[in-house]
Amino acid sequence: MKNILSQMLLPQFHKFYIAAIILTLIFLPLLGLSQYVLRIMIMIGIYAMLAMGLNMLTGYTGQVSLGHAAFYAIGAYVSALLATTLQLNFFIAMLAGVVVAAISSLLLALTTLRLTGTYLSIATLGYGEIIRMILLNWEPVTNGPLGVRNIPRPSFLGYELTLANNGIYYLMLVLLGIISLLCYLIINSKIGRAFIAIKEDELAAQFMGIKTTGYKVLAFVISASIAGAAGSFYAHMIRYIDPNTFTFDTSILMLSIVILGGMGTFRGMYVGAAILIAFPEALRFLAAYRFVVYGLILVLMMRFRPQGLLGWRSSNPYRLSKQVSEMLAQEGNREITLKPFEGKEEAVKG
Amino acid sequence: MAFLEVKSISKHFGGLMAVDQVSFKIEKGEIISIIGPNGAGKTTIFNMLTGVYSIDAGEIDFEGKPIHNRSPQEVVSSGISRTFQNIRLFSNMRVIENVLVGTHIDTHYSFLDVLLRTKKYKKYEAENTVKAVEILRSIGLGDRIHDYADSLSYGAQRKLEIARAIATNAKVLLLDEPAAGMNPQESEELLQFIRTLRDGGYTIILIEHDMSVVMNISDRIYVIDHGKKIAEGLPDEVANNPRVIAAYLGGEKKYAENS
Ligand SMILES: Nc1ncnc2c1ncn2[C@@H]1O[C@H](COP(=O)(O)OP(=O)(O)O)[C@@H](O)[C@H]1O
Ligand SMILES: [Mg+2]
Repeated sequence: MKNILSQMLLPQFHKFYIAAIILTLIFLPLLGLSQYVLRIMIMIGIYAMLAMGLNMLTGYTGQVSLGHAAFYAIGAYVSALLATTLQLNFFIAMLAGVVVAAISSLLLALTTLRLTGTYLSIATLGYGEIIRMILLNWEPVTNGPLGVRNIPRPSFLGYELTLANNGIYYLMLVLLGIISLLCYLIINSKIGRAFIAIKEDELAAQFMGIKTTGYKVLAFVISASIAGAAGSFYAHMIRYIDPNTFTFDTSILMLSIVILGGMGTFRGMYVGAAILIAFPEALRFLAAYRFVVYGLILVLMMRFRPQGLLGWRSSNPYRLSKQVSEMLAQEGNREITLKPFEGKEEAVKG
Repeated sequence: MAFLEVKSISKHFGGLMAVDQVSFKIEKGEIISIIGPNGAGKTTIFNMLTGVYSIDAGEIDFEGKPIHNRSPQEVVSSGISRTFQNIRLFSNMRVIENVLVGTHIDTHYSFLDVLLRTKKYKKYEAENTVKAVEILRSIGLGDRIHDYADSLSYGAQRKLEIARAIATNAKVLLLDEPAAGMNPQESEELLQFIRTLRDGGYTIILIEHDMSVVMNISDRIYVIDHGKKIAEGLPDEVANNPRVIAAYLGGEKKYAENS
């Protein structure tokens, strides 16, 4: 029995499982789900995006942000305001939201360069509150506590995407897919390895020649851009935003998903989001105690399973590309004499 | 002018002179050792060489250019790489990934190359991976590339740190007590490996507190005690130097008190 199970988990089958899950997600709305259920699934998708983004910063790079709702808010507000006042198309408005979120995160990262650990977390917490105060008090632009209303729905080639025609749901899937792909590409490169090295041992990372400050700033910007995209999508889906959506609680919820799911994993972000968004819906009577529950989850996870629910190490071998396997096979087991680096031959002569 | 020359460097921590006007030099392809009792200031010298600490006085020249008071990144890109007395691996990464992090410094593709998976990206990744495997094979970790770093034995972890340092394209390797915690057989194997590195052309500075470990391998030995250089020379000369013997007897006593 155990044998069959471990057979089923072999890496060559992963592709099929992933394909099966994606197909299920694509065909799910055709079962005639209620708008209520569909809306919950979309919220799960949005929080999976947010967690994905925060995971780049906290899960991989080890920098804890307690103010990520700020970038979610900036994406939502910039996009919503541009769409309502200038009638910009959703995709352009979203792009603007992402850019502004990225720039503001760059400013935050550059001003907190020297901070690490708890100090950085507190600075991000402060930043989150400042952004919320601006949203509340800069009335001529943000409309203050009244928020922004009548945000247009996204439309694609003149076709309005709604909950009823499942367009919003599929847009969520596409966005989540794109964000997941981007994160995958980044993590499986020298950039991702630099992020993880910084989390593991920042000093040792410096001795590998990694410009740790630059990479920490990069992680911040990537993470905030993703939050901005999620914010923009949220605004156009829900069609009404006010500062109350983007509180400290939201930042904590994002962080809870990352920790519950498993820092530095992809699977953990989807599952973490599904659990933490669906549970409060299922247990409405607990609504008032939501944050007690989140707090409890964080404490219990930190105590008993710090790597998160799905945070196990892969027992599969490291994936060597075909090219590499061939190069190594050609080499066989020939003796190698290591020689110090003497500088590359000049590629361009002249 | 010597390949790497340390001229009268000093470092104090508050009132403590951790390193006091220490000088030494090393030619290309040599192995030198810095020995001395625990707390003598050996690791502090490495920290000054590699940009962890600024130096209070003196000068460090590498290939004719000053390299003191630079960042660790600048030092490593000039060709000097190190290991740590207290192993500092990326323990949640695999063995091969640790070495791939070492190749970071010579991986010149952009963010766009990463997102578009360009030829350039693929070329660098493939070449670096092959290079990493080669280094690991030659150091005897060829069959452990898939394992996570912290699952290795103590001795293997020390080897992995050396492999990672080599991957940065270093010409000079600074090894801080590489044989610590190894049994005599492991330690002999390691020294043999260090010799082959030297024969390949690497320049190596070893730190060791146990003089007998480095007797047979060093071209020269420098002895540090209480931050000061108290002797230098060929291994035989140093071993018979009365000041060294005295320092070591004192040093041994310090051990006894510590443990
Ligand atoms: N960052 C530091 N701050 C204060 N004292 C230090 C620091 N680093 C080293 N020291 C002190 O400097 C002396 C030399 O230490 P070290 O170089 O680690 O010795 P060794 O490597 O020879 O055992 C010790 O007394 C140690 O306590
Ligand atoms: Mg030491």
